Amino acid sequence: MSTNNAYYVPHKATWPVVGTAGLVIMLAGFANHLNGSPMGSAWMILGLVVFIIMLTGWFTLQAGESESGMYNTQVGISYRMGMMWFIFSEIMFFGVFFGTLWYTRNLSVPWLGGEGIGQATKELLWPSFDAVWPTNGPANVGGEFEPMGAWGLPFLNTLILLTSGVTCTWAHHGLLAKKRDQLIKGLVATVALGFLFVACQAYEYHEAYSEMGLTLGSGIYGSTFFMLTGFHGFHVCVGAIILSVVLFRSWRGHFKPENHFAFEAAAWYWHFVDVVWLGLFVFVYLM
Amino acid sequence: MSAVVAEHEHDEHHDHGPQKGLLRWVITTNHKDIGTLYLVFSLAMFFIGGAMAMIIRAELFEPGMQFVDPQFFNSMTTMHALVMVFGAVMPAFVGLANWMIPMMIGAPDMALPRMNNMSFWMLVAGVLLLASTLFMEGGAPASGWTLYPPLVLQTGAALPFAIFSVHLLGISSIMGAINIIATIFNMRAPAMTLMKMPLFVWTWLITAFLLIAIMPVFAGAVTMLLTDRFFDTSFFDAAGGGDPVLYQHIFWFFGHPEVYVMILPTFGVASTIIPVFARKPLFGYSSMVYATASIAFLSFIVWAHHMFTVGMPVAGELYFMYATMLIAIPTGVKVFNWTATMWKGSMTFETPMLFSIAFVVLFTIGGFTGLMMSIAPSDFQYHDTYFIVAHFHYTLVPASVFILMAAGYYWLPKWTGNMYNERIGKLHFWLSAVSVNILFFPQHFLGLAGMPRRIPDYAVQFADWNMISSIGGFIFGISQLLFLYIVIDTIKGGTGEKATDEVWEDAHKHGLEWTLPSPPPYHTFTTPPATVPTEHI
Ligand code: HEM
Ligand SMILES: [Cu+2]
Repeated sequence: MSTNNAYYVPHKATWPVVGTAGLVIMLAGFANHLNGSPMGSAWMILGLVVFIIMLTGWFTLQAGESESGMYNTQVGISYRMGMMWFIFSEIMFFGVFFGTLWYTRNLSVPWLGGEGIGQATKELLWPSFDAVWPTNGPANVGGEFEPMGAWGLPFLNTLILLTSGVTCTWAHHGLLAKKRDQLIKGLVATVALGFLFVACQAYEYHEAYSEMGLTLGSGIYGSTFFMLTGFHGFHVCVGAIILSVVLFRSWRGHFKPENHFAFEAAAWYWHFVDVVWLGLFVFVYLM
Repeated sequence: MSAVVAEHEHDEHHDHGPQKGLLRWVITTNHKDIGTLYLVFSLAMFFIGGAMAMIIRAELFEPGMQFVDPQFFNSMTTMHALVMVFGAVMPAFVGLANWMIPMMIGAPDMALPRMNNMSFWMLVAGVLLLASTLFMEGGAPASGWTLYPPLVLQTGAALPFAIFSVHLLGISSIMGAINIIATIFNMRAPAMTLMKMPLFVWTWLITAFLLIAIMPVFAGAVTMLLTDRFFDTSFFDAAGGGDPVLYQHIFWFFGHPEVYVMILPTFGVASTIIPVFARKPLFGYSSMVYATASIAFLSFIVWAHHMFTVGMPVAGELYFMYATMLIAIPTGVKVFNWTATMWKGSMTFETPMLFSIAFVVLFTIGGFTGLMMSIAPSDFQYHDTYFIVAHFHYTLVPASVFILMAAGYYWLPKWTGNMYNERIGKLHFWLSAVSVNILFFPQHFLGLAGMPRRIPDYAVQFADWNMISSIGGFIFGISQLLFLYIVIDTIKGGTGEKATDEVWEDAHKHGLEWTLPSPPPYHTFTTPPATVPTEHI
């Protein structure tokens, strides 16, 4: 067995090809579905199932290895670096959509309304366009809509996510202090708050579509609103699922104060999702 | 023996060789195996992308429409670029990183071996999705590799496949880059301090950072293309309040650093090879590190030099013009350092060195044309002409591709344990170096005279230089078969001469990889080396 000072290098890996196959089947199926092929969605679901099987298998393998003490401190550092840089890539991904929002609100929409370099555009193309945010553009794409306010559900959701950040940290303290009970309670609360957030978000979307005329097709306002909140909501789901797995492992007695990478990674991810939400609350809902 | 094989499953830590059979290559986690996979894959893509270039040059041999219809011609320019960038050049450098970084820093393997395997297969999956578009209704994407809307939104069935292919390639690159960063920060032998690392390792560290920063940006941009086409959004549609120019900003925020992703490892390999054959330490090691870092930083703040003609406010034009010019400074530092390294060296001119010297000279031409285009008012003339095509091919073919060839000749003896045929190597070099200039130099003249890029037919005034360019292209294309021959020949035994451990005279003073046997055993540096060579500093 591994001595504690050798870096653990696994020698065979079957999950990566399984995962790749799953992902490519899913995406090819999705592409076919978008092109109107009737079999597309079936392939998509098949690919997704394969992908989920891969995730389950791979993480079970890693959890087992971790619990049997095969990872020394140096391996742990590699995993932490991996997670940190992954989160950095996610920040850049969200950055694109925040940047899009900034660019349209501060540059291209005013230009459409005749400011700066947009004078001719306004006079020749859209003389009657009044460039005020929120807008669905000079062609009134998607028809009349009502913008989403900040102080109803979104504010509640802010409180929910912030609280969940606290419970997550509380759980971490429990883990460090070997209070398994606190660890599990904290995680249960975090996961519950996470899914509560998603439920509120779903309700908000329902309202938008059925009552406010606000859809993904409501010009640039609808596009940025749903793209940003949608990708964020998806990340909350993923984060909550990861935390559920961590909860399950905690309940099975995994993790020690000096060795709990999975918990840390999940917590980092959760805080990241939390911070993105604050950005959304300010730039999408408030301003 | 059979007892050992049976035990294999249970004792994963038993030091052993590779798995038997083809499955070895599917499930391997060994950095050398994965490096080989990447390199072989990228060589194949180099020839596939090359075949597309031959189609382009054949069509442009004479004015008028000869062989292909315009739509297919445009698919060829688009697919040629995408295959070469994402299938050939980038994976080739990842392959080198996999093979060399652990051996250069004294690590047992990459930091995250399972993920390493996945990065490679994601790459294959992405390229397969992309290649499948060639056979679809409406043809492969024909919008140019930049995939600008609104044009790209007119692509047929291929569009979602091309977009998902970009996603997969992005995931592959990000995983590969994370692995490289974790390896370099966490797996170095204790004696290998940061400022002792070979420059190849430094340049890859910085490149990996660029990759993690930009691939998600490209993914975001194409995701918005997808929703604009299929889910009613208006990101790039002015009628809904969006802006097609926004796509260009996002694309080039990715795209400009992306060209440095291809050139920084090139710089790294050149800085590794030149000192060995000049028999001198690299001139200005630390300035090379700082220059690399500043190029990387600057690459994030110059993107709109690709967009001087879109109608930006004047302040924007000026800012991006001056910022772009700044890049010439660290780039100049590098060219100066390579030259100074060779100055008064006792040089020998084996094939890797020949390719490296050609790189220094010809890359500089590409840098100069870049500088010309950075001047916004001048670029109004150059933009979207063959001048640009000449510019970036000088920075990519006789630079990145030449250095990849140099790397191949330099490390093949280490990888295979056999010497390659130096005579054929030199022949390959001279044919390539001459023909690449016949191929690309005339394109400067065509561009200055006003020939637009991405066009299957042209006015008769452009006929002569196009014909010369095409002839150069065919010679260049055929010459590369020599490289293929040499690679296969060397793997099968080469000249019959066995490579020594250090291969090149005194190379062991320049890099840890030369202290290992040729070929190195399946697992190397399971315990870190006590000392590291420092001659390269
Ligand atoms: C010395 C530094 C460089 C400068 C100042 C520079 C400048 C420029 C400028 C201003 C353009 C836009 C021209 C136009 O569209 O009108 C351009 C295009 C391009 N450059 Fe460079 N460049 C430099 C180095 C490089 C390097 C090292 C590479 C690649 C390894 C590269 C690859 C490209 C590519 C691919 C394009 C064209 C992209 C396209 O439109 O398809 N450049 N360069
Ligand atoms: Cu650029």
